[in-house]
Amino acid sequence: MNVLEVKDLSIQFGGLRAVDNFNMTIKKGQLYGLIGPNGAGKTTVFNMLTGVYKPTEGHIFLDGEEITGKPTIKINQMGIARTFQNIRLFGDMSVLNNVKAGLHNQIKCSLWSNLFRLPSNFKVEREMNKKAMSLLEVFGLDKFANHKAKNLPYGEQRKLEIARALATNPKLLLLDEPAAGMNPNETAELMENIRFIRDNFDMTILLIEHDMRLVSGICEELTVLNFGSVLAQGETSEVLNNPEVVKAYLGD
Amino acid sequence: MSKLKTMRQSTRKKCFILLGMLIAFGIFEILIATNTLSNQMQNLLVPMCYNIILAVSLNLVVGILGELSLGHAGFMCVGAFVGAFVSKVLGVLYPDLSKWIVFPLAFLIGGLVAAIFGLLVGFTILRLKGDYLAIVTLAAGEIIWNIFSVTYAAVDNGKIRFSLGGTNIKGLSPSAKQIATGAQGISGIDPLSSNAGVRFAIAFAITFVVVWLVLNFIHSRTGRAVQSYRDNRIAAESIGINITKYRLITIVLSAFLAGIAGVLYSHELGVISAKQEVFGYVMSINILVFVVLGGMGSTLGSIIAAVLLTVLPEWLRVLNDYRMLIYAVVLIGVMLINNNPTISSYVDAFKNKVKSLFKRKNKAKEAQ
Repeated sequence: MNVLEVKDLSIQFGGLRAVDNFNMTIKKGQLYGLIGPNGAGKTTVFNMLTGVYKPTEGHIFLDGEEITGKPTIKINQMGIARTFQNIRLFGDMSVLNNVKAGLHNQIKCSLWSNLFRLPSNFKVEREMNKKAMSLLEVFGLDKFANHKAKNLPYGEQRKLEIARALATNPKLLLLDEPAAGMNPNETAELMENIRFIRDNFDMTILLIEHDMRLVSGICEELTVLNFGSVLAQGETSEVLNNPEVVKAYLGD
Repeated sequence: MSKLKTMRQSTRKKCFILLGMLIAFGIFEILIATNTLSNQMQNLLVPMCYNIILAVSLNLVVGILGELSLGHAGFMCVGAFVGAFVSKVLGVLYPDLSKWIVFPLAFLIGGLVAAIFGLLVGFTILRLKGDYLAIVTLAAGEIIWNIFSVTYAAVDNGKIRFSLGGTNIKGLSPSAKQIATGAQGISGIDPLSSNAGVRFAIAFAITFVVVWLVLNFIHSRTGRAVQSYRDNRIAAESIGINITKYRLITIVLSAFLAGIAGVLYSHELGVISAKQEVFGYVMSINILVFVVLGGMGSTLGSIIAAVLLTVLPEWLRVLNDYRMLIYAVVLIGVMLINNNPTISSYVDAFKNKVKSLFKRKNKAKEAQ
């Protein structure tokens, strides 16, 4: 079954066609990679998938339902969660509260029960704490639960962003350069984490990445973008040996 | 163990603040009962209370939502006038009605009408951020007190009549009771009680409940949603938080509480008039000073700053003409000290020492 189907997606910024005729199909449970040189339009694709940009042309289907042009909030509620290339955590909130904010639409209670501390408020807090701690444990972040998010080391911040995205219980998880700024050990650990999420959370994952070790290590299929259009698409080993792709990355 | 601590942290902080307030209240009540408190200080107790409410409610918008509002005194103005109006009108129409019904009604209606004004302002600034939002709230605050400065109201033959034209209502019968008279405002508002101790007790009870509500709000699902907007709007949207809704909720709640403070204000003073100095931007800035001085986002800080800055100008009264000068210098000094990394590192070290003392005690208890 296809979790995500993108058909003829294009976006125009003034005179610049940033993404042109982009097609992509991701099956359930797949680990899919979106790669390409700097400025190829990868993050723009992410921004269209999550409703930050409205595409000029084309359609996006999540689980068969059209989500093209819907607002970000709605798209998240329908099942796409993401992380950001430049980390966007809630810096002044605790690590635990970051994940609890992610659980916002999963575990609900009314404003009145918050204000007057009705029993449902305590029930929700207990549930949230339990769920959030178990998510933090997956990434080994439980020991930092009370720290402010902005005080975490860089690599841990990236992991926290993934944990927060997972808390929204998505069908599809978008990771924008999850290994950026990580050393080889941290990257290896992250690869384990990503596999673990896919297997244990029954998740479909689409990731943008420049680190080829990570891409060839965990991605099953790839799409290569160059200057806004698809250069190659298919199984990882095939795509990476494609002479066109090698040329785009390394030059002639 | 670590899990348990996580869950308790916010609760412990809340209990600490509320307990501290209760202890301070107890001390002041004893001082009043034993007549050791000077008259001047006694008159400052209720102002302390409404300043605390104003500070913690503005802190919701400035510190928790992260938007600069410069029109908070406007909401207080609404509460002050509507509250005073309700208690005066009820006093005229139903003279036998018990105070215990009139005053709660005045507080409730004053707060609710302020909340409606909050909703109106909230809708206006729906798409605004930062400086633009600050300017609009500033203008909104000015509009509000100006509306009340041209409002006339009277009770004529059991009917309430209004005029918003800046002149008194035409064709009033001689038996009519004037309630609000434009720029002169409303006078002769019944005090909550003639006894200073009781008045303070009522004001404190209201303040206590307000602080409890505010702390509940901050440390809850709703509060986290609001803070996530403050810390990163784009990320908040990406995890499905309806930021428009939570912005409105925060602004309306803040306006409601400012309205409550206004009702307290008008019943303490007995006479209110819609003037620039009392309800204009000068007052809004004063409230903002409480919040900034106490540390944005810190409820405890707002409370302490509100108390100190209520008392300080009165203590400085001995300096006569130099009073506001010294006040300003003190403010600048405190801001500099607050922002000085060397001094704040000393303060942190002291805090940690106190904390480790407590921890040792706890461990000793566990060992037993």
